[in-house]
Parts: sequence; C-alpha cells; structure tokens
Amino acid sequence: MASPDDLQFQEFEEAAELLSADPGASTLSMSASNNTTTATAAAAAAGGGGGGGGEDVKLDLSEDEEGQEESSELLGGQKATGGFWTFEYYQSFFNVDTMQVLDRVKGSVMPLPGRNFIKHHLRNNPDLYGPFWICVTLVFSVAISGNLSTFLSKMGDPAYHYRPQFHRVTIAAVVIFMYAWLVPIGVWGFLTWRQGNERQIGGYSFLETVCVYGYSLFIYIPTSVLWIIPYEWLRWTLILVAMAISGSVLVLTFWPVVRDDTKVMAVATVATIVVLHMLLAIGCKLYFFQTGVLLPTPATDPTTPPIHTTLSTQRH
Amino acid sequence: PTANQRLSAEEASRPFAGLSDVSISEDIPVEGDISVPVASSRRDEEFSTLDEPVKETILRDLRAVGNKFIHVLYPKRSSALLRDWDLWGPLLLCVTLALLLQGGAADSDDQGGPQFAEVFVIIWFGSIIITLNSKLLGGTISFFQSLCVLGYCIMPLTAAMAVCRIVLIGGSGTVSFAVRLVVVTASFGWSTFASTAFLADSQPPNRKALVVYPVFLFYFVIGWMILTFSPSQ
Repeated sequence: MASPDDLQFQEFEEAAELLSADPGASTLSMSASNNTTTATAAAAAAGGGGGGGGEDVKLDLSEDEEGQEESSELLGGQKATGGFWTFEYYQSFFNVDTMQVLDRVKGSVMPLPGRNFIKHHLRNNPDLYGPFWICVTLVFSVAISGNLSTFLSKMGDPAYHYRPQFHRVTIAAVVIFMYAWLVPIGVWGFLTWRQGNERQIGGYSFLETVCVYGYSLFIYIPTSVLWIIPYEWLRWTLILVAMAISGSVLVLTFWPVVRDDTKVMAVATVATIVVLHMLLAIGCKLYFFQTGVLLPTPATDPTTPPIHTTLSTQRH
Repeated sequence: PTANQRLSAEEASRPFAGLSDVSISEDIPVEGDISVPVASSRRDEEFSTLDEPVKETILRDLRAVGNKFIHVLYPKRSSALLRDWDLWGPLLLCVTLALLLQGGAADSDDQGGPQFAEVFVIIWFGSIIITLNSKLLGGTISFFQSLCVLGYCIMPLTAAMAVCRIVLIGGSGTVSFAVRLVVVTASFGWSTFASTAFLADSQPPNRKALVVYPVFLFYFVIGWMILTFSPSQ
C-alpha cells in the first residue's frame, strides 16, 4: 500500500511545523486518546491540534489527523489536503485498496458483538467507494431480480407478455440513494446535537456514518438475488436473516455512542435506526417482488402491493 | 500562407537584411528544405490541412475511427487507442444501440424497456462515473481517453443487439432466447475483456479490482438491456 504511506509522510511534515508553531495545542491532544481528539478539534483551531505529541505523530498520525479534520466540519471543510473545490479533496475519500474494501465488506456481513464496525474496520479511514458502488449494485440487483422473479412467477400464464420494466431502475435508484444519504445525515445530525453540550467521546464523523450505512446495505445484494427463488417462506427467512445481520451492524456501531445518553433516548435512537432499516427492506420486497397481478399503470405507492401479495400467497 | 513561407526563406538567406527589406517578389523560386525551428513546421502542417480537400479530412477521421474499431476487435495492450482519443466512435455506437433498443414491446406504456434518453444517460453518465472512479482511485489515464475506451468497447454489445434483432425476426421462443443469451454473454465478456486490456495498465496494482468491477457492472447492465429487449406483438 504505497499511497496511504505517502499521505502519512506528508502529514508528518505539516504536523511537525504546526507542533513547533503551537506547542500549547499539542499538549492538549497528547493527554487525550484517539477518540477524544475528535472532541478537542472543535475547540482547537482548525488543524491546530494536528499531530499531537511527538510519539503520537510517528505512530498513528493519520488517524489523529483525519479523525479530527473530518469531524470538525460537515462536508466541505478545510482539510489539509485542499479545499472542497480541489480534486485531491475527493481523492482522499477513495484512499482504499482492494483488500481493505473486501475486509470491510466481510465485516459488514459478519458482525461480532464488541466489534464496532467504525472503530474496527474503518479505523479513521472512511471511504466513499464502498457505499457508492454497493448502492449502485443494489439498485440494479433489486430491479433485475424483481423483474426476473415476476417473469418466473408468471411464466405459465399464456396471457402474460414479458416486460423489462425498466422504470423500476429509476425508482430503485431514488429510494436507495435517498436512504443511503438522508438517513445518515439525520442520524449524524441527531447524534451530534445530542452530544453537543457534553463534548463526549466517540462522536462519529459524517463520512463514517455514511460509510457504515453503505456497507451495511451489502447483505441485501445476495439476498435480492436469492429472492428470485419463488418460495414465500424462503423469502421471508432470507429477509429476516438479512435484516438481523444488517441491523446488528448498525446497532453495534451506534449503541456505544448513545448509551451515555438517557435510557429513553438511547433506546429510541437505536429503535428508530432499526425500524428505518426494516422499512427499506420490506418496502423493497413488497414493491419489486410483487407476485400478484401487475397493474396496467405502474404502482408507485407501496400500499397497493400488499393486497396483491396476500392474494397470491393463497395461490402458492 | 505562402507569403509567410517566402518571408522566412528570404530572412534565412539574408540574415542581416532587416525587416525593412520585405518584398514579396513572385519570380524568386523557393525550393529545397527550409531549416526552420520545429514550431514553424507545425504551423506548416496546420496550414496544409486547411488547404486539403474536405474528402481527405473526413476520410482521415473515418480511418482513425475504423482503426480503433479494429483495435477493439483484436484487443491487445497497445497505446494507440489511448493516444489519439476521439469520441466519434462512442457517439455512433451509443446512438445505434439506443435506436436498436427502440421499437420494443412497450413504447406506449412505461412498463417496458428503456427509452432512448435512458440508454443515452446510462451509457454516457455510466462512462463518466467510471472514469471519475478510476481517476479518484489514482489512475493515470486521462478523462477523455477513458471515455474513448469505454465507448469503443461497447461495439461487441451493439453487434450483439443487431444479431438479437435479427434472431427475433425469426421468432421469440425458447430457442431464440437461448441463442440470444449465448450471443449477449459472449459479447459482454468480450467487451469487458477488451476494456480491461486497455485500462488495466493505468491503475495502481493493488486497486485493479476496484476499477474493473464498475466496468463489469456497466457492461452487465447494457447486456441486460439488450437481452430483455422484447419485440412488440
């Protein structure tokens, strides 16, 4: 991995300059652990506390640097690598190798209790490659599998004429991308607001939230392909398994952050996250995998499909 | 143009004559090699292309496009495709493919196949996003070179679409579906192989798979659109 090391080396030089210029700020972050630098960053000047003490600089500089800078602003911030109008700023979000992406995908499929996805797998290097391409793949896999399952369920019907139903791609894209971006914004905003007064440990940056949501959607890709098999019991089993795995990744990630809050708020936050996730999965299943009669006009509201699926389950 | 040539020739033969002695006399023949710096010779080339007949200009571009088509047919790691990129070929292929995908089962209702604009958007925005992705991951290929390669490698899929439409004239039963499946799968593999042959070298080695996967997805989606084309009855 040549390029991450190169970046670290540049930051080391910059941090050394800042250290010599402002030794006061460095003692602040020296006593703090990796987590609390995210909190002190807001207090310190932008980039002023970068690097920490001497030994911290050598060991895990990149974690301090990027952790602080990403959490101190929303999106277009003053990253050391350049402003948001430069190409290098966005290149820093794609600083991953194949093995790292595969490792993160594995971590999203096999959540172990005690293994926080963000802390264990992201390690302060969130990327946008995984979330973006997982969402794109999910859009097409849901649309294509839905089309195939409709075709297979109606194959014997002589009156049925195959339709590619390409408009479903547009609908799937809108739904999935809105989920993958608006929900993390909401969750991140809410968590930051709740922690705003205390400046506690463990606030996640916006990018890390988007990242964990994106990777948690990965399990739905093989699930949607397996949904082609036309047995309702299998489909419900699959969706429950997928929701359990995906939901537990999210819960394991966000529980340590909210558990310091009041009991009610903590449970409510986690419950909301899980419920939204379930709504996405069930909504996709009901809309894209209708086994009932196709309406002559495309059904854009998901409330009509349940009627058709209950009719068809009796046939099956 | 010729006046400038004569001017530089006269200046070269009489270096101390000064600019006051500029006379364009028609009876001094200018012949032989004029040793001028490189920049001037490029100026000569540009001027000469202004003078050439239009047919030659068009034929030169057509020959370049055809040359690239041949490179896609027999993909090997060559830099010819990358050096002189052009977007005529991709535009032609995209329009052909989008037109061939029309006239399907469902132009009237929107349960059907992709509209012309949808095909266009998928191909061009897909190519742009894949190019941005490979550049963000640290690729050394330039933006338009990548668009050029991705566009030209759609050619096998366009050929498959033409074959599918011909097969569909004969009937749309299981046999025709099997034939279409084989043809589309083969051309999808060919497209992916051809484009990775051109693009793979420009990526850092530990990120090759990250760049190849979106290309694979892109051609898979186009292949899906071709395979699910169902004729109107």
